Amino acid sequence: MGKSLFQKVWDAHAVRQLANGQTQLLIGTHLIHEVTSPQAFGMLRDKGLPVMFPHRTFATVDHIVPTNETIEPYSDSLAQGMIEELRKNCAEYGVTFFDTNTGHQGIVHIVGPEQGITQPGTTIACGDSHTSTHGAFGAIAFGIGTSQVRDVLATQTIALNELKVRRINVDGKLRPGVYAKDVILHIIRQLGTQGGTGFAYEYAGSVFDGFTMEERMTVCNMSIEGGARVGYVNPDETTFEYLKGRPYAPKGAGWDAAVERWQSYASDADCEYDDVVNINAATIEPTVTWGITPGQGVGINETIPTEAEGVTQSDRAAIAEALEHMQFEGGSPVKGKKIDVAFIGSCTNGRLSDLKEVARYVAGRKVAPGVQAIVVPGSQVVSKIAEELGLHRIFLEAGFEWRAAGCSMCLAMNPDKLIGDQLCASSSNRNFKGRQGSPTGRTMLMSPVMVAAAAITGKISDAREIFDVAEAAVA
Amino acid sequence: MASTPIKQVAGKGVYVPGDDIDTDRIIPARFMKCITFDGLGDYLFHDVRKTESGENKKHNLNDPRFAEASILLSGNNFGCGSSREHAPQSILRAGYQAVIAGSFAEIFFGNSTNLGVVCVTAADSDRAILAEAIETNPDLEITIDVEDHKIWFGDQSVPCGIKPGARDSLLSGAYDPLDELLEGADAVSKTANRLVYLQA
Ligand code: SF4
Repeated sequence: MGKSLFQKVWDAHAVRQLANGQTQLLIGTHLIHEVTSPQAFGMLRDKGLPVMFPHRTFATVDHIVPTNETIEPYSDSLAQGMIEELRKNCAEYGVTFFDTNTGHQGIVHIVGPEQGITQPGTTIACGDSHTSTHGAFGAIAFGIGTSQVRDVLATQTIALNELKVRRINVDGKLRPGVYAKDVILHIIRQLGTQGGTGFAYEYAGSVFDGFTMEERMTVCNMSIEGGARVGYVNPDETTFEYLKGRPYAPKGAGWDAAVERWQSYASDADCEYDDVVNINAATIEPTVTWGITPGQGVGINETIPTEAEGVTQSDRAAIAEALEHMQFEGGSPVKGKKIDVAFIGSCTNGRLSDLKEVARYVAGRKVAPGVQAIVVPGSQVVSKIAEELGLHRIFLEAGFEWRAAGCSMCLAMNPDKLIGDQLCASSSNRNFKGRQGSPTGRTMLMSPVMVAAAAITGKISDAREIFDVAEAAVA
Repeated sequence: MASTPIKQVAGKGVYVPGDDIDTDRIIPARFMKCITFDGLGDYLFHDVRKTESGENKKHNLNDPRFAEASILLSGNNFGCGSSREHAPQSILRAGYQAVIAGSFAEIFFGNSTNLGVVCVTAADSDRAILAEAIETNPDLEITIDVEDHKIWFGDQSVPCGIKPGARDSLLSGAYDPLDELLEGADAVSKTANRLVYLQA
């Protein structure tokens, strides 16, 4: 019987079994950032331990960097302290740091792929749950806690339980105006926010075969919102094409050998999965969350559920709590909800293709009066290319703010925050209470193009109606 | 150097109702601008406990009757969301040693176990009985028996679950894996030498 990519990569990196039955797993690539690493370096110092593989450790700064001021010292002295701490740690331990002055800084899950550090058949860890993003390349990538960041720094390994593998096939054709973001919101809605617990998700089917790397990353990114710590797509020509020529990709003769090696990691045709889920692409609608967990989503033409629609007592309590926080009435249409803020960015949807797609629809239009709309490129590289293409001018003319690279309003650890109970149409990945910086703030997750439609109309809208999407898709 | 084994956790309880209590709720991101975990206990469940102007909301966590609690009781999918260890660190530093929930998000569970914060699951109906018992008598002594998979309170007990690996680690005091991982250094080098991408 064949093996899945997950099993092959796991087996190649398994060092030994630990006393409690867990596996000591070698982590080939360690990505770090300013929020979850300083405490780990502190623990390392306390124990007098070195970093085992500094050359396999890469740092960037993303969560706390302001996106509206680029000159240091930042007005937030805590943020300034964190960036300085990371600089100090990287210098002391010999870790490569994509600092703000390198032109390569950005959200850690955008920088890794962009630099060609993220490669098929490798293991990757980062103190951030959206590390699953890197699975788009056929890597096994784990979000870890700070004590585990310490473990990887000191030993290049972590203690883990092996995961089961669920294959999710999405076959058929997505309808115009339906994006990778809708695919993952749909999957989470179907399987639930806990559905993936104990599983790695292997995404496959004709839709994934046809997806670009950026689309695959959007889906893998939100695996964790579905409860799966790991999500991946088998590597193929699209993967290799993306990696070729990137700064850290193998070069010359090494390239062909690498491609051959990478191909060998793909799941065997005859491998058995612990579970298989089949989804028909044509049934996926532009999806919007109406509640306070990423599983609380509906198609744009559906209504928000009523409390009575909950199957169990705890479902009903969850719906009631979400409706109260969102100030929505059960049974009302999701379309038409008035928004205050529109946010395009994050490690889910802050890549060049996201910005290009939005720009082509907002060109010549205007953000609705009273709406604050911001575009935050995911990295300095994305920002630079977008500016070369003139996308920033399109956004600025339409009334969007064009910001510097960072996590920004995805989690509001920088000055970009909701105020009071503002409602935000957001291309990010989490709609938890308080996520965007105000305890009473409200977040609705959707694709970047749907965010743009909301920004232009001032309310949650079906982008296909606003932008004539079908036509544009053919053109 | 193993830590002290954890066979039981005993103390008073407090009930934090709700499913899907996420890590942003356990500790809002704006309190994570820190380079050590010291002091995080003050911000545990900050926005659940406080209004925007900083006054205490009516919540069990603000109720003086539960001020001495060291065991949290909650719903399903506790700790979902981010991998931030700030969440279990703030729980630990606010004086809690254990969480009883319907289920746990995986990364949160692992992070907590590494810190020796005991996470056990119990059935909805059993948690309802326990919540009721705590409400009636906030001074009720609760004992989580990790070895026997039981939660004792008063003269009652209900079964609880814990992953076998985590249970073994707690019972042996080896829940912080660092020392064991360090011992494997030779084996780590051997594995690394077999992987082409680590050679360059
Ligand atoms: S963009 Fe959001 S989800 Fe992604 S790493 Fe930054 S804070 Fe986390």
